[in-house]
Amino acid sequence: MIQLPYERPFIQKLNTGSMNKFGTKTEFAPVTHLESVAVSKIIEEYGSPCFVISERQIRKNYQNAVRAFKTRYPKIQYAWSYKTNYLSAVCNVFHQEGSWAEVVSIFEYNKAIQNGVDGSKIIFNGPDKSENDLALAVKNKSMIHIDHFDELYMLVALLEGTDQKAKVAIRVNMDTGIYPMWDRFGFNYENGQAWNAIIKILAHKELELVGLHCHIGTFMLSTSAYATAAYKLCDLAINIKSKYGLAIQYLDLGGGFASSNTLKGSYLQGADIIPSVDDYAEAITSTVLNSSFNKDELPTIILESGRVLIDDAAWLIGTVVATKRLSDGRRATIMDFGVNLLFNAFWYDYKISPAQEFTHHTEDMVIYGPLCMNIDCIRENINLPLLNKGDQVVVHKVGAYNMTQWMQFIQMRPKIVLIDMNGKTHILRENESLETMIELERMPDHLKNINSKV
Amino acid sequence: MQINKNIAISESGFIFNPSNGDSFSTNQVGLEIIRLLKDDKGKSEIVSELVNKFQTDSATLEKDLGDFFLMLRNFQLLNE
Ligand SMILES: Cc1ncc(COP(=O)(O)O)c(C=O)c1O
Repeated sequence: MIQLPYERPFIQKLNTGSMNKFGTKTEFAPVTHLESVAVSKIIEEYGSPCFVISERQIRKNYQNAVRAFKTRYPKIQYAWSYKTNYLSAVCNVFHQEGSWAEVVSIFEYNKAIQNGVDGSKIIFNGPDKSENDLALAVKNKSMIHIDHFDELYMLVALLEGTDQKAKVAIRVNMDTGIYPMWDRFGFNYENGQAWNAIIKILAHKELELVGLHCHIGTFMLSTSAYATAAYKLCDLAINIKSKYGLAIQYLDLGGGFASSNTLKGSYLQGADIIPSVDDYAEAITSTVLNSSFNKDELPTIILESGRVLIDDAAWLIGTVVATKRLSDGRRATIMDFGVNLLFNAFWYDYKISPAQEFTHHTEDMVIYGPLCMNIDCIRENINLPLLNKGDQVVVHKVGAYNMTQWMQFIQMRPKIVLIDMNGKTHILRENESLETMIELERMPDHLKNINSKV
Repeated sequence: MQINKNIAISESGFIFNPSNGDSFSTNQVGLEIIRLLKDDKGKSEIVSELVNKFQTDSATLEKDLGDFFLMLRNFQLLNE
């Protein structure tokens, strides 16, 4: 007798007429290949779980973002926000495309230098720059974005009595109608603090005020907030020109454009509600073009976009460890990846697809990771086919912040693989091993032997 | 352990319980199990029938049957 293929028994109550709070059922179409490479083959070769990055998608995102602004405004420069994903190979794709570097620590700064970025094309943001950090940035002619008065005075003290000059901008925070307001970084616009900082900078000849910077938040769903931000930066720049005769060279609008992920608690799929880069570009460029800059003194617009350029260029692929039934009857699926690798699962409802064909039956389930802690939950509600131990899945749009905010806790971090423009795969980062983990540990002599208590 | 004998089962896996109006959908293996339960087959008989018919093994079936019975009880389709 020919045996039939087996699928575990499944029964589901039919609720006619009630709303489905699990959203549209688009998730269970299988994704067996990433670009032209089979998921099963990647796992066979590189292990599970594994991050996979698409070079093609990064370049496409970047070129699209540049086009959105360049078709509307003559002077545009992107600076890749290192914290979003500072794998050197990823950074270098952006740098090959013409992007500068935006860094917020000396670690990121040195990484950019090591990647070959010219010091004058590095924007140094962040509240924590030491005197040594500043000295290096001054020497390299990097753009120093001052975050607070302590930093301003430290920089002045550092340059006093030397003939060096620093290229600086200030970070401005402001009310753009968005709550919560990110007022902990930089100088406030509304209460006059930003103007005050500008006056202080202009009073020091060793400081050259080249730009004005803001970063109004992340995953911003409102384009009008950018119009407001651009308006306030233009206002400061035009005042500087009229009172001091100085033409500001650039306005840096920061990052914050939303990627097409779905925020937790949102009933609509991310892709249905987020603005496009063109929408953001229209809000920003039309505001700047409508300001009263002289034609030949239009400032360059700098953008420090992170997640919108990389989120959809990476996947995490993994394997089902076990399935079980919770006390309230819900099914739980345990994966070999958890919040240790997907830190952003705290904010996003990541789309997850099976990587093999199934029948049309699906069930609602919770997806947990492998950590022994309660918060290790990737999706609280998701509708997927009848997954079994050993089945493979694809988590979509994981490129931003996960490969930098991942934590080494209980499990070690896996490989990161790139699919290049020709469909060839390359390891970008090896998996951690016991050796990597203990390399930095030191053992006092008297603790080396566990059988000799002193 | 007894399945509620009044329930109606269709070829396509649609199940209707006339005593309370509940309806359910099940897959091919689920349908097979419910049929065997209606024929008063016990757990071990069900396992051996299914091992013959499907590409699986008895350990997997034991585990999956345990879970399936739990759901049948939950839906008031199975009486102790
Ligand atoms: C100063 C600065 N610029 C750029 C970014 C990148 O933001 P996003 O990924 O939202 O585009 C951040 C992120 O927090 C930031 O702090």
